[in-house]
Amino acid sequence: MTVASDPPVQTVRKPNRMFKNKMAKIASIPMILTALCVFVGGTLWTVLHSFTGSRMLPKRDWVGLAQYERLWDSDRWIISVKNLALYGFFSLTFTLVVAFCLAACLDRKIRFENTFRTIFLYPFALSFVVTGLAWQWILNPQFGFQSVVRGWGWESFNFDPLNNPETVMFGLLIAGLWQGTGLIMCIMLAGLRGIDEDIWKAARVDGIGTVKTYVQVIIPMMRPVFITSLVLIASGIIKLYDLVVAQTNGGPGISSEVPAKYVINYMFQAQNLGQGFAASTMMLVSVVIILIPWAYLEFGGKKNG
Amino acid sequence: MSYSVEIKKLDLAFGAVKVLQELDLNIHEGEFLVLLGSSGCGKSTLLNCIAGLLEVTDGQIHIKGQNVTWAEPSERGIGMVFQSYALYPQMTVRGNLSFGLKNAKLPKAEIEERVARAAGILQIEALLDRKPGALSGGQRQRVAIGRALVRDVDVFLFDEPLSNLDAKLRVDLRVELKRLHNQLQNTMIYVTHDQVEAMTLADRIAVMKGGAIMQLGSPDEIYNRPRNLYVADFIGSPSMNFLEGQFADGSFRIDDMAMPMTGYEYVEGQPSNRAAVIGIRPEHVVTGELVGNAPLQYTVDVDLVEPMGSDTLIYAKLGQHGFRIRMDGQAIVKAGEALAIGIDPARASLFDKASENRI
Amino acid sequence: MADLNANAGVVPQGPKPKKRLSRGNIFLYGTLIVVSLYYLLPLYVMMVTSLKGMPEIRMGNVFGPPLEITYQPWVKAWSEACTGINCDGLSRGFWNSVWILVPSLVLSISIASVNGYALANWKFKGSETFFTVLIIGAFIPYQTMLYPLVIMLRESGDGITWLVSWMNPILEALGMEPFGRIRLMGSLSGLVIVHSIFGMPILTLLFRNYFASVPEELFKAARVDGAGFWTIYFKIMLPMALPIFVVAIILQVTGIWNDFLFGVIYTKPNIYPMTVQLNNIVNSVQGVKEYNVNMAATLLTGLVPLVIYFASGKLFVRGIAAGAVKG
Repeated sequence: MTVASDPPVQTVRKPNRMFKNKMAKIASIPMILTALCVFVGGTLWTVLHSFTGSRMLPKRDWVGLAQYERLWDSDRWIISVKNLALYGFFSLTFTLVVAFCLAACLDRKIRFENTFRTIFLYPFALSFVVTGLAWQWILNPQFGFQSVVRGWGWESFNFDPLNNPETVMFGLLIAGLWQGTGLIMCIMLAGLRGIDEDIWKAARVDGIGTVKTYVQVIIPMMRPVFITSLVLIASGIIKLYDLVVAQTNGGPGISSEVPAKYVINYMFQAQNLGQGFAASTMMLVSVVIILIPWAYLEFGGKKNG
Repeated sequence: MSYSVEIKKLDLAFGAVKVLQELDLNIHEGEFLVLLGSSGCGKSTLLNCIAGLLEVTDGQIHIKGQNVTWAEPSERGIGMVFQSYALYPQMTVRGNLSFGLKNAKLPKAEIEERVARAAGILQIEALLDRKPGALSGGQRQRVAIGRALVRDVDVFLFDEPLSNLDAKLRVDLRVELKRLHNQLQNTMIYVTHDQVEAMTLADRIAVMKGGAIMQLGSPDEIYNRPRNLYVADFIGSPSMNFLEGQFADGSFRIDDMAMPMTGYEYVEGQPSNRAAVIGIRPEHVVTGELVGNAPLQYTVDVDLVEPMGSDTLIYAKLGQHGFRIRMDGQAIVKAGEALAIGIDPARASLFDKASENRI
Repeated sequence: MADLNANAGVVPQGPKPKKRLSRGNIFLYGTLIVVSLYYLLPLYVMMVTSLKGMPEIRMGNVFGPPLEITYQPWVKAWSEACTGINCDGLSRGFWNSVWILVPSLVLSISIASVNGYALANWKFKGSETFFTVLIIGAFIPYQTMLYPLVIMLRESGDGITWLVSWMNPILEALGMEPFGRIRLMGSLSGLVIVHSIFGMPILTLLFRNYFASVPEELFKAARVDGAGFWTIYFKIMLPMALPIFVVAIILQVTGIWNDFLFGVIYTKPNIYPMTVQLNNIVNSVQGVKEYNVNMAATLLTGLVPLVIYFASGKLFVRGIAAGAVKG
């Protein structure tokens, strides 16, 4: 006797594998389509068409590496890559150091911890466009920070990063750090909270000072957190686009151009698809270069563990 | 006698890892069968296969004469109780009990009747409108049993149902479970790693290791006549003393001692001479005035004494070999002393050293 | 404990130091307050600028509080500011963003939650592989997928047009409007699809990890109780997963509201989302720059995510932390 009043179904044969779990398979169709068609298919399509002379419309006239030669001959691309390298280096260093220091400060059992964390994190809720426009205004030489300091009597004070090709990337960096450090700080704080209290007790018993404990004990223990942060920051840097468009629009001249902007401009404005495809393929290559060592560390480590 | 559950040549593999191999097991109508083993022995896996929650690789499972190898769990005529209770947290107790019946589209009146009956048997009527979060561990476990009960099935599957409870409650519920079985008289398959639960509840115990059944028998058989070294070592606490030596001409010889196996029941006839292991349970060793009546008498050196209240555990040396003895809690023995002990070979177990099987 | 001095705790001599006012603590709080000022400054500057009149702004003290508060810049930013030929202010972008946000939210979260549930509880051969591809896809720069998606949207728009065209004679016979050419590219629905696609990896991961953390025995118990795929999803899993839905909503609202790139590429000027319209208003080269209106517009655009942020508190942190910890 079973719950249902009719007798149990006599299923002697093994059911067909295709129809097993069929609802789960149907429910996964959007994921499978996205993964295969958009992510794999789209990426392969773009890489493939970077070897064509496509201009307004994609076409298959193979030109070999001509697009790439043109790309690396272009001043604008070279500047974009240099800018990204500069921004990336400083963004990575400052974000990691600042975020860790802030997280360490917040982890010292202080009062108003929630208030401070809320303050450090709120910029992350804002879009890059808002961030860029806000800092564009603050760094405005005529009315912004520079003019305020001059108004205090320091007439020769000069702080106009956005209008100087040499320093414009640092102007972007100020805004980028303002927006992004809060997130990394939260991740680091979570990492610090995950560390066993007994480690601190042991360090105190051994007579190791606070700073020394952080440097020699805590930071090495937080390796996975640092790696996660690194990957997050790096993937954010490569995507850098909205901030530039809003804050400087690549200016002055082309001195704050970045690769992502180069791609969009060539694909959707300059009607030169081939260049856009080649440039985006270069972006993909750089991501792969970052991701492979990370994946190696992550999954190589897991095997040992 | 008809079988309630028949398992025929069951194979289960996850990729290259074989979890169950060619497993055969027949369970009688109304029997309380315990699957006992340490973690990873495949006992829970086997239970999940019977429930239909794991797809078997090969073999057949029959319940009440029906081949249910590929049937859905709900179509097999089983009810299942889980270790973590697995009550649906957002539903009331009533909702938990009736969920399966609603899925089976039973008429409302019948659902109510079955829920009321189960609640009556388990004495949880007062809890019906509470949510699981507001129940104690014991109450939750009772509701979990109730969920199996309302299904009105013949086979109950228990997956370590008492492991999450504290020691005292575990004993109480164990007794209740036994009473419930006496009352309902249906087949129960019960997975546990706790040998006390197994010994107290089971009609038969299947001791499992590495996906195979090492011994299937009544608690008495399992305890007194373990079929191999693994079962002998696994059952009993503290575990059996094992001494390695030679079996020759009806005597077990170790160092310069000879233990004539008078009264020992061999598995078949008088075995030939071979390397052997003798197993003696610490609680089967006698001390004090009883030593005089024992067939074999020795003197051991006491190493360490562990008083445990109800009894006292002695770690001693028999020759050069470590030897545990369980004595009455009132016994006064000191480390360093010599202690006279008596052993009855009829209560010992003898194993072939190479095959590890009982001889 | 709260002493940053490297020798703290070595030789505890003399009286116990007063905790509140130790040098380390002053340094600690001092640092935090100074850093907080850096973080709060832009919000403050935007706020005061948006409340000043242009003459006051030209006097040049960007940090000074408004001498005379005016709400005119806010009114103008909301309903009068011009982008191109449209002069109906940011309100147009706001409503566009709302019309993009709501369906994207519903579509992306329902797909991802069912998907995550299937991946956690109903694994089938290949499901983990597809999921891994999906997660790796989250690291691919959008730029390599932008153009193929343009083509896919255009083609599937035409495909749908063809698919529904058989109904046109019937509709005409009934005196109803027949289907015209259906466009996904350059339409709100196209952008909704794009947001659902690019939100999928992180949301699926979020739900998969959540459902995987639900005790497996609960799922097994439901199976024994005769519940199938959808019954378990709706009756057991969904009621338990409310917190993670809130996290997903927070994640998606901020993500979609703040998007700029997809808005620029997959829509056209009269349906631009708020961020794109904001950028066009502020960075337009024509006319005199009205900084107060610009800042009011910027604040207006930031308002939705800020409200979400301050209202959701810890859940926001949980959301981004969940978003951050990949794999």
